[in-house]
Amino acid sequence: MSVLFIVLPLAIVIVGAAVWAFVWGVRHGQFDDLDTPATRVALEDDDYAAPHAPAPAERTRP
Amino acid sequence: MLAEHAAQSTPFCCTGCQAAYEVIRGCGLERYYALRDQAQAANSTGGSTLRATDRRFDEYDDETFQALYARPASADTHLRRIELLLQGVHCSACVWLLEKLPQVVKGVVEARLEVGRAVITVTWDPHVVPLSTIARALDTLGYTPHPARGTRARDIRRKDDRVMLARLGIAGAIAANVMLIFLALYAGAFETMEASHVQLFRWVSMALSVIAMFGPGWMFVRGALAALRARALSLDVPISLGLLAGTVWGVVNTIRGEGDIYFDSISVLIFFLLVGRFIQQRQQRAAADSVELLFSLTPSVASRVGEDGIREVPVEALRVSDVVVVLAGASVPVDGVVLVGSSSVDRSLLTGETKPVAVRVGDHVEAGTINLGGLLRVRVEATGESTRVGKLMRLVEEGSRTKPPFIQWTDQLAIHFIVAMLVLGLATIALWWLALPHDGGLSRGLTNAIALLVVTCPCGLGLATPLVMTMAMGRSARLGILAKNAAAIEALGTRTTHRTLLVDKTGTLTEGTPSVTSWTLADDCAFTLTDVQRLAAALEAGSQHHVAKAIARVAPHSEPSDLPTASDVREVLGAGREGTIQGHHIRIGTRAFALASAANSIAATSNPLTRAENEILARGESPVFLSINHRPVALLSIGDRIRADAPQVLANLRARGWHIRIASGDAPQVVQHVGAALGIPANDCLGGLAPEAKLALVRASREHATTVMLGDGVNDAPALAAASVGIAVQGGAEASLAATDIYLTRPGLAGVLTLLDGAERTMRAIRWCVIASIAYNIVAAALSITGIINPLLAAIIMPMASLTVLLLALRMPTFAAPRVRPAAARSASIEPIPTALPEPTP
Repeated sequence: MSVLFIVLPLAIVIVGAAVWAFVWGVRHGQFDDLDTPATRVALEDDDYAAPHAPAPAERTRP
Repeated sequence: MLAEHAAQSTPFCCTGCQAAYEVIRGCGLERYYALRDQAQAANSTGGSTLRATDRRFDEYDDETFQALYARPASADTHLRRIELLLQGVHCSACVWLLEKLPQVVKGVVEARLEVGRAVITVTWDPHVVPLSTIARALDTLGYTPHPARGTRARDIRRKDDRVMLARLGIAGAIAANVMLIFLALYAGAFETMEASHVQLFRWVSMALSVIAMFGPGWMFVRGALAALRARALSLDVPISLGLLAGTVWGVVNTIRGEGDIYFDSISVLIFFLLVGRFIQQRQQRAAADSVELLFSLTPSVASRVGEDGIREVPVEALRVSDVVVVLAGASVPVDGVVLVGSSSVDRSLLTGETKPVAVRVGDHVEAGTINLGGLLRVRVEATGESTRVGKLMRLVEEGSRTKPPFIQWTDQLAIHFIVAMLVLGLATIALWWLALPHDGGLSRGLTNAIALLVVTCPCGLGLATPLVMTMAMGRSARLGILAKNAAAIEALGTRTTHRTLLVDKTGTLTEGTPSVTSWTLADDCAFTLTDVQRLAAALEAGSQHHVAKAIARVAPHSEPSDLPTASDVREVLGAGREGTIQGHHIRIGTRAFALASAANSIAATSNPLTRAENEILARGESPVFLSINHRPVALLSIGDRIRADAPQVLANLRARGWHIRIASGDAPQVVQHVGAALGIPANDCLGGLAPEAKLALVRASREHATTVMLGDGVNDAPALAAASVGIAVQGGAEASLAATDIYLTRPGLAGVLTLLDGAERTMRAIRWCVIASIAYNIVAAALSITGIINPLLAAIIMPMASLTVLLLALRMPTFAAPRVRPAAARSASIEPIPTALPEPTP
């Protein structure tokens, strides 16, 4: 009897889980755009906490 | 209103940025500038084609429009969602700015930008804000929106992409794990390994490989079946035959519990083949996207004159003989005939001609041209694809199609390789059997043939080549050279005897925007040049006319607020501008306007102005007079300046053996003048060429030479698409970018040299990989046929050899920034790049 008979199937199960996670990500569009999120993570910061600018929508009206 | 801020910070690359700057400050989002890519900003001074269009975008609220392009955000809300294609998305800071749209416009729920495609997906609440307001906000920020057409086709393709990626993931995971299992099997073969363990490994690897074969690998079988049904042979046929045979053989041997299995080769092969397919699919994707982009950029809106007044409608709703109104500054949405009004029209989009053309009642105007002067009423003669622009787009599409496909000789080589190895394998068995008919020759022959098939591998051919290409394209992008396909790099990197470079003039060799090229002062002028320039700039400040803007830019001032203010300013359309500054009455404009009351004095004096005027006219530039208190004081020449680095770049290219010709839509005499300044013989300076003529020129040239087209405008687009390689320069029209293979994102022409060097090195790297791979295979094949390498050793050598070739491919120098000595750093951008390069060490 060897530990291999437990470890190998276990490894396959873990790989299966990783593959499932990857395929889930692909199906949900996580890999559709690889450029933007890379910059997004660097740019989004404290600004969302900042109060909204005073009636900025008015500026865009002619 | 915020112009005073403008002078304190970096200069603006375009009016769009300036407009954006104002809005950004107004919204309290100054941090944009802290985040912006500084190097890029510092580089891109000077003119650009981008600007806020001041359009109203009323058609965006139209029901037809919304039905065409927008859709509900989800089933259970009233929120709506639309994809808009934005002009002018270049850097990562755009993401930050555009995704703050919900802060800027109330009613926008979410805005997500995809930088690669320059498409923003906006979700908004139609009860709170109309779509036209959102569009105007984007426009004010400097990103002119266009409805993204063909979204449905793209959705389908995106699905394909996802399926392919999922396949890759599964095949990759299986390949890696089967390799691990086989590592254990090979390692265990030297020592005694428990039979039960061996069986376990064999069964597990079989299970995994069968999943890989009938999951991700099944697409090859499907492709082969489709080809056979069409009574054709494709690459899929030998691939799937090999894969299936290997799998069946392995399954049989696993069940029998003895004999060789090749699941490692099969699973890895499936993965590598899928990688190749994935890269290929992406390249075809880029080509398809480009044509879509073109159609998205043709004008999408028109103001139609109907019984109920003037309404903005989508161009799709227009019919022939409808009447549309074209406002000053707007682009003409259709081809048609002017019914009412007169104006001047900028046709540079179609012809490359820099000077506006006057149009009157009865004249033809074309879609895509810009109405510079007064209001026009135009009777529609053609819309959409049947307009001249639409036909140009079709030419672009055709040009892209007639391009030679990515020369797949390495693919071809790989097929021949596999066939050759199968034949060699059979020959090995036959030879050993014949040589030793009774001494176990058959079994030795079989063993050696198996070793041969295992040890030889077309990896270096099949994988290294696309890998080197992909790496090169990635590195070149970091140097500001965006290459859209590998064929372009291949064509540029291959030295041929006849290489022709066709260069557009306007916007490519020249800066593309009018600027003041010379100042001439009158003999008796009481002012210094600086004073005159300041007065001129003060008078022209605030004018929207392109000549006035050029004059306003030239004054050597640090702060606009330093300039004196002009009063009683009056602009006369088509003549000039007058006003009073510090008590002086100043006029700038045409000879007739500026010298209206001084015409006699200029004729009487032996003034340098008269001489200068003749020279300016001979150069094909426009003279502009300046008078102070009715005395002629100065003469400006308005022209299109030659880019600073153009002479050096062209000289360097000529030294490399390129035949350089100018192909321009501008007047022949202007082209001749520019050509003379750049040392190009007169018979290679071709002017007055319509886009169709440029296309014909490129096609004729390609008959006998590698033809590279360098251009920027929509009028170059067909030629760019049809050339062996089309290169667009920075600031080019979006439509021409779509048609090109390579786009330079940094201003100037120096990128062309970097590109050529990089392409040559890339091709050299590929040749090395192929040579290394062939050499390895020949040696390995010889050793295994003679029986020096047994199958086990072969299975260990093969992946190591493949890895070596791949590492070699990755380490090869391809694109690199030109090395610049610190002392020469200032002129770095225009320094010729050394052509002698270190040989890559294999």
